[in-house]
Amino acid sequence: MISHILVQLFLVLGIIFAVIGNIGVLFLPDVYTRLQASSTCTTTSVFSFFIAGMIDAGLSPLTGKILVITLFFVFSSPVAGHIIGRFAWQKGAVPWRRVRKSE
Amino acid sequence: MSPVTWDAVTWFLVGSIAVGLIRVFIGPTTPDRLVALNLVAAQVLAILVIVAVKEDLSIYLDVALVYDIFGFVGLLAVTRFFSRGKEGL
Repeated sequence: MISHILVQLFLVLGIIFAVIGNIGVLFLPDVYTRLQASSTCTTTSVFSFFIAGMIDAGLSPLTGKILVITLFFVFSSPVAGHIIGRFAWQKGAVPWRRVRKSE
Repeated sequence: MSPVTWDAVTWFLVGSIAVGLIRVFIGPTTPDRLVALNLVAAQVLAILVIVAVKEDLSIYLDVALVYDIFGFVGLLAVTRFFSRGKEGL
């Protein structure tokens, strides 16, 4: 019973973070800000789904495999974000800046 | 866990991927498309794990691990390929 509540809690948490990440990627004005929204929110939402899956599967081979995927995702996701940011910086993408009306 | 919940989460993720693909299509520069493509790849990974838990089949998790590894290597290859040219997006 408590595990069902935990699974639903983590699923709702993952859905909330996925919605926030999609809104950020759609509406933020710059490569770097979009990269921040995508990287943080997507990592958190995917980890929430993984934790929900691990709690629901219990002690089984599924849990071990999801744990291996989680360990690889821990290393690969920040490295991918860093590579995209460095690529944008080397290509000369200008960071976004608010245009002042009064000068 | 009732299968209705897993179905609902799967369909939510499908819609979320459709929203992320908008940025892949309209993204003005190459890094924009890469950011959105990274997001779509992570959500496809979540779909594979959720389907594996729902169906209680561990073969989907092998597919998910290989998909993650090849997505990472593909990102490395794309950035290395496009960073050979001159500056400018």
